[in-house]
Amino acid sequence: MSEQNKPEKDKFSGVETTGHEWDGIKELNNPAPRWWLLVFIICIIWSIGYWILFPAWPTIAANTKGILGWSTKQELSDNQRDLQAIRGKFAEQLAATPLQDIANDPQLFEYARQAGLASFKTNCAACHGSGAAGGNGYPNLNDDDWLWGGKLDDIYHSIKVGIRSTHKDTRFSQMPSFGKDGVLKPDEIKDVASYVEQLHKGSAAETNEATARGAKIFADNCVACHGATGGGDRNQGAPRLNDAIWLYGGDKKSIIASVTNAHAGVMPTWEGRLDDDTIKALAIYVHSLGGGEK
Amino acid sequence: MTDKSLSEADAPKIKFFEKARRIYPKDITGTFRRLKWAVMAVLLAIYYFTPFIRFDRGPHVPSQAILIDMEGRRAYFFMFEIWSQEVYYFAGILILAALFLFFATSLFGRVWCGYACPQTVWTDLFVKVEHFIQGDHVARQRLDKGQWNFNKIWRKVVTHILWIVIGAATGGAWTLYFTDAPTLIDQIIHLSVPWQTQIWIYALTASTYIMAGFAREQVCAYMCPYARFQSGMFDRGTLIISYDKERGEPRGSHKKGDSWDNRGACVDCNACVQVCPVGIDIRNGLQYQCIACGLCIDACNDIMDKVGLPGNLIRYDTANNQEARAACHSKGEVFKEKNHLLRPRTIYYVCVMTLVCAIMLYSLLGRAPFTLNVLHERNPLFVTLSDGSVRNSYKIHILNRNLHDQTFALSVNGVDVKSIKILAATEVEPEKLGVLADSVGEFRVTVAAELPSKEVRRDIEFVIRSTSDGSEARTKTMFIGKAQ
Repeated sequence: MSEQNKPEKDKFSGVETTGHEWDGIKELNNPAPRWWLLVFIICIIWSIGYWILFPAWPTIAANTKGILGWSTKQELSDNQRDLQAIRGKFAEQLAATPLQDIANDPQLFEYARQAGLASFKTNCAACHGSGAAGGNGYPNLNDDDWLWGGKLDDIYHSIKVGIRSTHKDTRFSQMPSFGKDGVLKPDEIKDVASYVEQLHKGSAAETNEATARGAKIFADNCVACHGATGGGDRNQGAPRLNDAIWLYGGDKKSIIASVTNAHAGVMPTWEGRLDDDTIKALAIYVHSLGGGEK
Repeated sequence: MTDKSLSEADAPKIKFFEKARRIYPKDITGTFRRLKWAVMAVLLAIYYFTPFIRFDRGPHVPSQAILIDMEGRRAYFFMFEIWSQEVYYFAGILILAALFLFFATSLFGRVWCGYACPQTVWTDLFVKVEHFIQGDHVARQRLDKGQWNFNKIWRKVVTHILWIVIGAATGGAWTLYFTDAPTLIDQIIHLSVPWQTQIWIYALTASTYIMAGFAREQVCAYMCPYARFQSGMFDRGTLIISYDKERGEPRGSHKKGDSWDNRGACVDCNACVQVCPVGIDIRNGLQYQCIACGLCIDACNDIMDKVGLPGNLIRYDTANNQEARAACHSKGEVFKEKNHLLRPRTIYYVCVMTLVCAIMLYSLLGRAPFTLNVLHERNPLFVTLSDGSVRNSYKIHILNRNLHDQTFALSVNGVDVKSIKILAATEVEPEKLGVLADSVGEFRVTVAAELPSKEVRRDIEFVIRSTSDGSEARTKTMFIGKAQ
């Protein structure tokens, strides 16, 4: 018996075997250092402490809560509360500072710009695009052409009251449907479209009989709003026609369509839906895109 | 497999986890021990005094020669300043360090481990403290086995207090590299160290105490990855600690006056085993635990001196030499030792190290005092303006590494520019972009230009010119036009 209790030694390596044998192969016992085992046991004890302190085990209805009461949701709301505290200072400042003076404080300006950017992505990007580049029928806010003015106050006012919106002070631009309502005949519309096309292409476009006839029709029907040279009128939201920027396309076909049917884009009023500080921040952001006017 | 071998009662008693065997290295004097003390003195001096070297960099920047400023995301090394986006220099330094380690290993084996590794240096220091308070190896073993009495208690307590003091000095000194050293010393004296720094000091004190006081050679054997792959750097020309079997065997005790004929020079005194800090017997040949510290050589030479035989029975020797010596011995020829330090392997290492050094130096010295990064904005890619021209937006970063504020003039090459505008709260002229010393200036820039209507994209170049000395930095980017 005593011989059995003595560990067997492997002849070749001199290492004792564990007594486990399989198909004649015996497992050698090369023990790991004891502190390894201790570290492993400490890790197990640590994990038990963890189960007690933090949410860990799923149960049928929910999960164990842990005695510290910690949860990711609680942590999130704590973080958000902290964030509000940080923003609070700037939010108050933004509310107290007149629109024109916000740029005097670079830190406040940057805060307003970022707040405006965030609000833009949520509220405006659906029509104007996430980069504010607009699209057919939706104005590009990056460029230097403005229907209702590109100064800070103009932009602020446009956001506030909207276009053809439900706001009592809302703005309208009213282009008659010259073709649909029978004011002009199809041939006349073709002529005036040739003239308008020539207006924005400048000297590059050819002048012929059609454009000459169109000029006369333009003078009779369009100058009241679009101006004698097609410069537009921001007071009525009449687009400038002698530049390269077109809301509904600048080729002849598009112009004919516009004159025949007219367009009436809508922008909602944001007063009441967004607070005044957010509208201010939006105005700052849109103005800072590169087309803002002084 | 038999049923018998499975039965519980008959199963042999086996330990699956082994209690760490405590090693009591004997104190020794000799060439390599003196060399080890000298190396330790130099290394500790470098470690403790380096943070106090000053280097004047002007008013805005810390004037500590070597400083890793985590908060400012800068690392300073004398005249060099590494920004956080240039961490590849650290990678370069690590590559160099690794190559040097390989090089040294291929020449002299595991000498880094034996002399320069912090684990060895502090373990050595701790063992010396142990020896000083508790006596030499036999006394220490007796003390550990003995009953707890006043003698044992005070010796143990004093040892551990000294260890903790050394540990604290170590951990404290490490933090000096990350903050202004004189300020931290002042804070330590006045007990007003910030808690973040305190945590690091405590953690490093604890790790030094545990690693050098208790883990010791187990770090080298079980934890250190280097121990596992160093044999890859060895070859037969590497100087390793070797026991001269030809001369030493057969070993046996020897009485004074007896003849040395028909026996080896090894008197089997075990001195080489007693002094070994990793607890191996070098006479069993090269083992992975051996840290090539050479203390066994000192111990053996001491004994050889006493018995009146020539020394170097254990010494740094190459496998090639051992073989050649054995061959000569059997033929009765005189052996001539050859040590080829210049081998293809070492030459490779030197070449690669030189190459990496050259690349790093070229890149560091040729680094512009300021650089320009340009990012083309993609949403929208371009904007058409009233006059038919096209406008693109960019975000530019000017990295001013100078120690003085600078003004830059921005211009754009490669396109017929109509206007360059800086978008900011207040108006900024593109000819006067101010960037503070040692910082990054960020600007939003729009460039308007005419592009022929068929051209969709053109390569252009941003140029910034310092208004003070006219030096320039350039970056290529693109200008997008409309597809028609």
